[in-house]
Amino acid sequence: MRNKLISETQAIASLESGMTLGIGGWGSRRKPMSLVRALLRSDISDLTVVSYGGPDVGLLCAAGKVKKLVYAFVSLDSIALEPHFRIARQSGTIPEPVEWDEGMLQWALFAASLRLPFLPTRAGLGSGVMDVNPTLKTINSPYADAEELLAVPALRLDAAFVHMNRADSRGNAQYLGPDLYFDDLFLGACEPGRRFVSAEKIIAAQDLLKEGTFHTLKINRSMVDGVIHAPNGAHFTTCEPDYGRDEAFQKAYVDAARDPETWKAFSARFLSGDESFYQEQVVLWRAEVKAAQEATK
Amino acid sequence: MSDTPVLADVIAVACAEAWRGDGEIFASGMGVMQMLGARLARATFEPDLLISDGEAFFIAGDLPIGGTDKVVEGWIPFRSVFDTVAGGRRHVMMGASQIDRYGNTNIANIGPWAKPKSQLLGVRGGPGNTVNNATSFFIPKHQTSVFVPVVDMVSGVGYDRAKKVGGFIAQRHDLRRVITNLGVFDFNTADHAMRLVTLHPGVSLDDVVSNTGFELVIPAEVLISRGPTAQESAAMNIIDPKGLRLREVAS
Repeated sequence: MRNKLISETQAIASLESGMTLGIGGWGSRRKPMSLVRALLRSDISDLTVVSYGGPDVGLLCAAGKVKKLVYAFVSLDSIALEPHFRIARQSGTIPEPVEWDEGMLQWALFAASLRLPFLPTRAGLGSGVMDVNPTLKTINSPYADAEELLAVPALRLDAAFVHMNRADSRGNAQYLGPDLYFDDLFLGACEPGRRFVSAEKIIAAQDLLKEGTFHTLKINRSMVDGVIHAPNGAHFTTCEPDYGRDEAFQKAYVDAARDPETWKAFSARFLSGDESFYQEQVVLWRAEVKAAQEATK
Repeated sequence: MSDTPVLADVIAVACAEAWRGDGEIFASGMGVMQMLGARLARATFEPDLLISDGEAFFIAGDLPIGGTDKVVEGWIPFRSVFDTVAGGRRHVMMGASQIDRYGNTNIANIGPWAKPKSQLLGVRGGPGNTVNNATSFFIPKHQTSVFVPVVDMVSGVGYDRAKKVGGFIAQRHDLRRVITNLGVFDFNTADHAMRLVTLHPGVSLDDVVSNTGFELVIPAEVLISRGPTAQESAAMNIIDPKGLRLREVAS
């Protein structure tokens, strides 16, 4: 029986520069941030990143690790625009942006997980997506309708990160929030070897149905190579029902990103150590904010 | 009730009106005014609409914008949203940073896509929405920088482009309404060029024309957008008790 428990650092050690990495979650929701933070600390670069983008994409862009970005949006949800992504796009520092429709991303991952070369869709046809992605091809239905459809190419991943509420040490994983997003497809689209699930709590298999119904068990251990215990690991994004988004921290993140100097200070404060350092700094920061609020009362 | 209704109420009613006759489909609002419109339509003249909380659930009852006391009547995670879009049983009202004469819209970026002057959201689900289900738009500030001859990135497909694609997409392409702070517009013209439908109270035809960067179709008779009925006002007080809609309208 394989015990797949590893650390974030061990997971990142299996990655190489130039790889294609898929990151689960959606916008600023249930993002595998502790794995992203570990990746920031590494010297890995030239990544192709596939994501329903949030601060994961923003941070990787700010750190200059992204060569190619496959996205339909990058957003912080309650704050619509992701500041680092904006800066990166406006200054042209993402060498190969690949902008697709949201549904195309799903189809590309699904095709890869089914080992199909492509899946047909209408989403994208007629839009600017076709203009800025000249390598996309269409295909005609072989049936009587002969409709021309967009053939979304499979997006095979070298590595995948997702964050879940619960997992056991063998990689059975559980989401307890309102939406799985496309996390199962990110794992399905990834070559075995670097499919990583971080989780708020590691529990025994026999406890997996204590907090949620069987419907929450969409990720089984055949889809997972490494399990990381990451309490508060999605911070500052949502991880319902364990915790909501840390809106105050997210705002501080956005404010800091406005200026290179303030971003440098923010990075030094929160991102210059390991994950436990980050989590300690967040606790201290909250106490400072609270004290400051009380002082102004 | 005073003679001149509050602009935000006129706009909310105009947004709601976009869903009139839609029946039992998913009425999806991307933004506060859009959400209010959908909920107002359901609370009054379109009771069979399905309304989401903006997260992952269909809600029964008149949930206030931002309210958490939900009566859940269904589950609509993103994957099911995509399925519903492709199945066509949805009418979404989005925003747009740019829109042209044939309803091509842009929420992605301002300036050249390769290196934008201003990076916005990205195309999001706009391409899929506009070729699969009915789409309307709420634009809070009607001005020439938004109503442009050519959008910088087509995140939402307009009628001219849909026609060029042909087939299923051209036949079913369905942009319904554009609601702004000045009036209501649709594409019910021979070539689906944008047409003025109603002017909001106090807005002149010249206000609209001078703030639109392309030629609008102006019908012989232009009506004035209506204010809320007593029933609609009562429903708005429940759905938007804090008056969030007032902040959604450019003065």
